[in-house]
Formats: sequence, structure tokens, C-alpha cells
Amino acid sequence: MADVVVEQGRVARARGARKGSSLRNALGRKSTVAFFLTLPLILLIVLLVLYPAFYSVYLATLNKAMTKFVGLSNFTFLFKRETFWMVVRQSCIFAITAVVFKALIGFIVAHFVHNIPGKKQRKWRGMLLVPWVIPPAMSTLAWLWLFDPSYSAFNYTLSFFGVGPIPWLGDTFWARFSVILVNVWYGAPFFLIMYLAALKSVPDQLYEAAEIDGANWWQKIWHITLPMMRNIIAITTLFSLIVTFANFDIVRILTSGGPLDTTHLFATWAFQVGIQSSDIPLGACVSLFMVPILAVAAIFILRDVNKRGNEA
Amino acid sequence: MSTLAIDKAGPSRKVKYGSMSRDRIWALRWSYFFLVLFAIFFLTPPVYMLITSLKSSAEISAATNPWWVFHPTLSNYVELLSSNQFLRFFWNSSIISIIVVIVTMMISIPAAFALARMKFWGSATLATGVFLTYLIPDSLLFIPLFKVLGMVQDLTGITLLNRWYVLVFIYPTLTVPFCTWIMIGYFASIPKELDEAALIDGASWLQTLTRIFIPVALPGLIAATIFAFTVSWAQFLYPLVFTTSVDQLVLPVGITTTLIKGDVFNWGQIMTGALLGAAPPLVIYAFLMDYYIAGLTAGATKG
Repeated sequence: MADVVVEQGRVARARGARKGSSLRNALGRKSTVAFFLTLPLILLIVLLVLYPAFYSVYLATLNKAMTKFVGLSNFTFLFKRETFWMVVRQSCIFAITAVVFKALIGFIVAHFVHNIPGKKQRKWRGMLLVPWVIPPAMSTLAWLWLFDPSYSAFNYTLSFFGVGPIPWLGDTFWARFSVILVNVWYGAPFFLIMYLAALKSVPDQLYEAAEIDGANWWQKIWHITLPMMRNIIAITTLFSLIVTFANFDIVRILTSGGPLDTTHLFATWAFQVGIQSSDIPLGACVSLFMVPILAVAAIFILRDVNKRGNEA
Repeated sequence: MSTLAIDKAGPSRKVKYGSMSRDRIWALRWSYFFLVLFAIFFLTPPVYMLITSLKSSAEISAATNPWWVFHPTLSNYVELLSSNQFLRFFWNSSIISIIVVIVTMMISIPAAFALARMKFWGSATLATGVFLTYLIPDSLLFIPLFKVLGMVQDLTGITLLNRWYVLVFIYPTLTVPFCTWIMIGYFASIPKELDEAALIDGASWLQTLTRIFIPVALPGLIAATIFAFTVSWAQFLYPLVFTTSVDQLVLPVGITTTLIKGDVFNWGQIMTGALLGAAPPLVIYAFLMDYYIAGLTAGATKG
């Protein structure tokens, strides 16, 4: 292949030299080529991400009919609504609890998978990653069916242990529990796979040295595994925090925010207010409240990513 | 992380002292025990989908053990696969995902190449910008995008809302930043000598890209392709907002909106539909799991 490249390159260069047009020179310059290579990407980001993002700030300052500029009154209106504060609280509870459990389960399962011999690892890894592969809208339907109040497989099974029928999605506490459970189920495999990759990069020699020094199992995790995985743990957790905080599918399908709006997240409430009740400015306003939290997480992630970039 | 890859091929560490190997066996047994527990937790919903999809409506509403199929039937599958509506959803999802994958690759491969190799004015900022774009969730943009689409429709007269093809333009906002980001990583890992040699020999930048970078970074490209496909296949919020007519819906939205009629849940069909909708990503994953995981751990994905 190298020969082909060489020959064609020579021909092209010879031809270019003969014609010597300035246009051709300009087109061949590195910065011009780079500009054209990145142009579609820049257009996409500017037109379909940046522009809508700023447009949403503008939208949030309009009245419901979108005819008049009303300044910050949408925001002050939200602050006076009890539902809004409930959504803020629920979004935080949901995101933090779910991420903590995902991280814990991911960490624990990654250790178990790492423990078993190499050949079987692939099989286990494949099985345990399945929740992450199924589109969340589809798997949440399965959960909805598992939670069904009258024919629910869960309640049927629980009845054998004498535990009475649980109103999984009908009661505030259980509904919150359910949406978190489904999110943990869906997101834990992601942590598992990230942590597994991190575990594999910890050199065996460190554990051997620790073993010779008489370190126990817990000391090995605390003094070797955790420090070595620190970066991955931080990045994965922050990533997941962003995505969990902005989650839509699971709550939308499972409870649609109910009972009595107690399971709404910013995304689902924004959908209900903005699209279903067609108060677009207020909906835009609600979703904008995600920005500060996303921004903080993004700054931390960026710091870590840049650090990693410098090390490599 | 590459700095940590200390030579592991040293002398084998399987030195068998009596007590140590016994500890090892017990550690192994406990690992398997807990792995089985977690596998049950992780696999219950998909297995339950399969169980339900094989039941008739009568069996679903009977008060028998829900974890077992007493009279397996394929009627749900037959019914769905012969319904034009369902096939329409499937077709919409497929065509959108395939076009999105192609568009994504056409945008992100050249961009990643430029950002990884051609240092130009603003390239570092742009790379960071790509990464930040990737962190902006769909649930932040669906309302302004909905308005923007309506505006474009008013200005140009081209119908955008309630048309499946609008999703082909929107999904790349989710897939391109991610794919560009992992491909920057893959391209950066290619030794500089390779493309320097090509450039000295007179290859143009494009030739370097198509003849050196794309073949060498093929595993990365496959990982990115799988991702673009799974992301577009699974997307739920944008189609839910932008499309409403039954013939324009994609699979996830179609199943959740049309198979649930009022308060009547036809669970057998819903589960069958969900399983069929989950099948393409699962099949791809079954064959290309290693690429998928390589892409996941390439440092930038959602969880």
C-alpha cells in the first residue's frame, strides 16, 4: 500500500507544480484543508446545538403565547410553585441516590468479574452488560409490566413470603424507589465495564508486593485499587451524574411523573409543561434549570480529561 | 492510562502454596455466587419480556405463576410481524438509524482527523467544544429545537415537524460529538511516523486519511458505528416530541403510544414489540461486544 501512496503522491505533486495555480495552493494549505474537514462538524454544533441552546434562553423570557417579552417573570412564577421545588428535590434525590448505587454495584460486580479466570470473564461480562444494550424505552416497558399492580410478577412472588401487595407505582415512596431501581439497573453495567477496564490496568505486581507485606483484602482495595482507579471513578461518576440528572425515558414511561407529580424530573416536567400543555416558554424555563448543575459537573470532568490528556 | 501498562508477561504468579490456593478457591466460589445473584437482577426484565411474549392474553390475565409459560404460543409475534403499523415503525427506525450512522461517519471521521493531526488555529478549543457538546443532554434541547423546526417550516414551507426524516438531521447532534471524540483518541494513538512518512512521500492530507488512518483505526471506527447505531435506535425523546402521526413514528415511541390503548395494556404484544425492538442492538452487541466495550472505555460515553 505504501508504494501506491508514494507513486500517486508524486504524480499529484508533479501535476500541481506544473499548473501552479494559486487557488490550488490555497486549497492545499494545511489550515484550509483542516477548515473544510471540520466545517460540517462546526455547522452541526453551531446550528443544531449552540443556536437552540441560546434560543431556549430567549424563549424562556416570553409569555405563554410567545408574543411578548416578559423578562424573568417565568422564573419568578416557577419559584412560587410548589411543584417546581418538588421537582428540584426529586431530581437531586433521584440523581444522587441512583449514581451512588450504580457506582457501588458497578464497583462490586467489577471485582467479582475480575476475580474469575480470563476465559469465563467474557461470558459474564456479556451477560451483565445486557441492560445497557437494550434501548431504555424498551426495558422500562418490561419493568412497567413487572410492577403491574394486579398481575405483577413482583407482587406474585412477594406474596409467597407473606409480603403484601406493594403499590409499586401508585405510592409516592414506592414510585420514587421504582424509578431509581430501574435507573440503577440500566446504568450499573456502564460503571461495571468502566471499572473493569480500570482494574485491568492496575499492575499485578502491586498486589503481589502488598501480599508479601501482609496486607489484607481490605487494605489492598483501600491502598492500591482505589487510588489507581481514582480518575476513572471520578470521570464515570460525573458523567453518570449528568446523564442521570437529565434522564427522561425511564420516568416518562414508568410513572409519567405521577403519583401527584412526585416523581417528575426536570426533563419530564419540562416535557409536560412545554409540549403537552404547550406552554413552550415555561417548559424552556424548566429545562434551563438543569444548566448550572450540568455546568459544574462539566467543568470538573473537563479538568480531569485535560489532566489525562497531558499525562498521555 | 497507557503509562500503567507495565509488563505483565513476567514470571507467572501462580505459585501454589497450600493455604493460598484454598483461599483462592473460596474467593472464586464467592465471586460466582454473587455474580449469579447480580446476573439474576440484570437479566430478569429481558427474560420476563421473553416469557410474556410467549403467552396468550388469557394466560397473562390468569392468576397462574407469571414466571412460567404453560401454553407457549407465537401468536403475539405473528400478529405484530404481520401488522403494517409495527413493520412501519421498524422500517422507520432502521432507515433513520442507517442514515444517521452514515451521516455521522461522514462528519466525524474528517473532523476527528483534522483535530487529531492538523494543529490549526482554534483546534484545541474546538476539540474541547466537541466534548462539551457531547455533555449537553437531549432533554435540554428538545423544546428550543421543536420551536426552531417550526420556524424553519414557517420560513421555507418545508414540512419538518411530524416527518420521520427530520430525525435524520437531529440525531447527529447526539452521535457526532461522541464519535468524533472517541475517534480523536484512536487517531491520536496512531504513531506519527506513519503519516509523516506518507506526507514526505507526497501524499495529500486526504490520501493520508483514507489510506492510512481509516484502515489503521478500523476498530475505533467500528466502535463508533455501533454507538451511532445504538444511540439512534434507542432515542426516545426527540421522536416523541417531533413526530405524532402513526406512520411517522419510530419503534420506541410507536410501541409505547399505539400498543397501549387507553387504560388497556395488551402486555403480550407490548412485550413482544419491546423484545423485537431490543433485538437489533442485542444482535449487534452479541457479535461485536469487544468493539462496543472498547468504545465504552475509550473514555467518553454516557451512563
